[in-house]
Amino acid sequence: MGLSRESTGLGAGRLTIEKRFSSDRVIALAGNPNVGKSTVFNAFTNLHQHTGNWPGKTVTNAQGRWEYREKGYILVDLPGCYSLLAHSAEEEAARDFLCFGEADCAVVVCDAGCLERNLNLVLQVLEIAPKAMVCVNLLDEARRKGIVIDLEELSLLLGVPVVGTSARSGQGLEELMEQVAALAEAAPEARKIPPVNYGPDIEKLIARLMPRVEKISGEKLPPRWLAIKLIEGGDESLSGSLAKELGAELAKDEEVQALIREIAPKRQELRDSMAACTVRQAERIAQACTKSSMGGYSLRDRKLDRILTSPVTGFPIMLLLLLAIFWITIAGANYPSQLLSQGLFWVGDRLRELFQWANSPEWLTGLLCDGVYKTLAWVTAVMLPPMAIFFPLFTLLEDLGYLPRVAYNMDRCFQRCGACGKQALTSAMGLGCNAAGVVGCRIIDSPRERLIAMLTNSFIPCNGRLPMLVSLITLFFVSASGGLGDSILSALLLVGVLALGMGMTFVVSKFLSATILKGVPSSFTLELPPYRRPQVGKVIVRSIFDRTLFVLGRAVSVAAPAGLVIWLMANIQVEGLSLLTYCANFLNPFAQLFGMDGVILLAFILGLPANEIVIPLILMAYLSQGSLTELNDLTALRTLLVNNGWTWVTALCVILFSLMHWPCSTTCITIRKESQSWKWTAAAVAIPTVCGLSICFVVAAIARIFGM
Amino acid sequence: MFSQLSLTQLAPGEKAEVAGLSAQGAMRRRFQDLGVIPGTVIECLGKSPLGDPSAYLIRGAVIALRGSDARSITIGTPFRTPAASPAMLAAE
Repeated sequence: MGLSRESTGLGAGRLTIEKRFSSDRVIALAGNPNVGKSTVFNAFTNLHQHTGNWPGKTVTNAQGRWEYREKGYILVDLPGCYSLLAHSAEEEAARDFLCFGEADCAVVVCDAGCLERNLNLVLQVLEIAPKAMVCVNLLDEARRKGIVIDLEELSLLLGVPVVGTSARSGQGLEELMEQVAALAEAAPEARKIPPVNYGPDIEKLIARLMPRVEKISGEKLPPRWLAIKLIEGGDESLSGSLAKELGAELAKDEEVQALIREIAPKRQELRDSMAACTVRQAERIAQACTKSSMGGYSLRDRKLDRILTSPVTGFPIMLLLLLAIFWITIAGANYPSQLLSQGLFWVGDRLRELFQWANSPEWLTGLLCDGVYKTLAWVTAVMLPPMAIFFPLFTLLEDLGYLPRVAYNMDRCFQRCGACGKQALTSAMGLGCNAAGVVGCRIIDSPRERLIAMLTNSFIPCNGRLPMLVSLITLFFVSASGGLGDSILSALLLVGVLALGMGMTFVVSKFLSATILKGVPSSFTLELPPYRRPQVGKVIVRSIFDRTLFVLGRAVSVAAPAGLVIWLMANIQVEGLSLLTYCANFLNPFAQLFGMDGVILLAFILGLPANEIVIPLILMAYLSQGSLTELNDLTALRTLLVNNGWTWVTALCVILFSLMHWPCSTTCITIRKESQSWKWTAAAVAIPTVCGLSICFVVAAIARIFGM
Repeated sequence: MFSQLSLTQLAPGEKAEVAGLSAQGAMRRRFQDLGVIPGTVIECLGKSPLGDPSAYLIRGAVIALRGSDARSITIGTPFRTPAASPAMLAAE
């Protein structure tokens, strides 16, 4: 859950290269998932593309500019993929950029600890890119596992430059930069030996096709690669892209068609044989340049996996980790939150004095100090401390490589619901930001399962909603003494809320795959990457700057106008009643049905742009109606809510409704973009809202029956 | 004719050579991209807590596969290799 404009779906859909000078060279960075591409990318561009130890965390093409020896380069970080034969949206994006993008050269990043599997992609890239090189990354990690790579031999066998790096510690990056720059400037050179020899029969077919292909495609694409793709056939998405690129469809050419008809009966056999040739070639090369004492999967990883994924300890550890994260967040955020709110309100008072000293009109002081500033202060005080603690903790788990294990442990549940286990990963991303979670759904291959994951993502409370849940839990369900037991109880209740969200995810996924998204579960392959020791210092700095401040910035930019609106509504009087009272009274009968009141519902509606502002808006609204204006601690907060008719039933309903209501507007826009459909966006709004309202209705009804 | 074993019948700790693939289309290609072709040695590492999917060591990478997918990979006779020697344990 790297949070940026791109990862939350706000960036451009298809990649357009932004060159600063026309002389800028474009370099594509390709590689299997989880080999440290983003680390290399960050090292080159000084950008902070989020890195994490799980397959599929880069799902969008990121680009950055890099200058070396007074020349400019645009580096494009492609989504990780195992193959250029598109199976999923992310692989298609990578392939299309390598094939049809404007890349001057391609750098394939490999994991030294798993070279053989990585070479499959290297060989495929070499077939298509006229200028390419290989970066063997994670050398240090491999060395610890007893794996040594002969880089010179590898370069000789592949026929392209090879540089070894340990990007996390910065080793080898200088040489890589030099080589990449040299390659980008060099003139393209026809390769003497093809990367893979497909054996006499297929080579004969390729030779027959090549002249014809060359004539049709011209210089645009390597003819050998096109010939290979024609023989393989069966790739719908590639044929589409090819037709777009080459104009006249290659496959319609008579000569080509004749040959394809000829090989039709043994097509599958040919495909298998070609795939096997690539695999064997990778095997041969890997064996020739790898010296290994024990293979890629270390004993340490074996032991860890045995504990973290065993039937006995797998789930308890998962719950305990979650509990621990929440507990540290709640216990740690409590004091800084209070301090921050006191500090910010002190500043607010001075600000008010400043306005009064400057003789500003009363309405302006009220608008800016009570409306805009107060809401901003609330949002910051409520959100910043929990986020600043939660994000680094979560990133540590991510860096360690634990998230794929969660998906592995939980896949069975998703399978039962007709969904994909990788949905566990997208749900986990939803904990940070639902919009990022929705974009992350690209890692799911089947369109049906991807939609299910997108539609159910908002059942997981994002970081904008977690602080709201925490404060309501602490105010109404735990005694306010603030001891150790209380914070643990709060964390437990929060885990309970999350478990409910997860349960709803399952129920709704099951419902969707039994009704409007009918289908059988598709295939599922998930790589469990090696565990990596997280770089604690870096994680803390990066997650605060990249995630926390990004999310806070977004919340704040929404909170200011929302505060303005609520202040105006509270202060514009029509026939003796404020607009706010009118709206709240109007919504009230409806909201009462669901155990809430008009103000709460209004806050949720105004909170559409960002859920962070719901609680501050509720408080603002109550404050503007009553006489109480100072809120220094939690007790005062509780008193304010209770004075406005809150009981624990109200709190419960607000918790449930905040867990299940319409996704925030950013998420909605992202869903529209990702699903390309207003219908599914509407469904994504309707499904959680209906669930939330029904459950709140039942809770409120039961409470009424029992007179609570 | 004797019945073919499939990858699902491999017990944790056992290895076997791949005999063939019965998956079609995209899944077949997916397996091939992971290096699963006749002759590839696959080791079963264990099952997930709920029994499915299982984790397999395929050409140095740990890959989780669901039973329904693993069923389409046929294998030869399972075998075990001796556990890691104490020297290698010490190297950890």
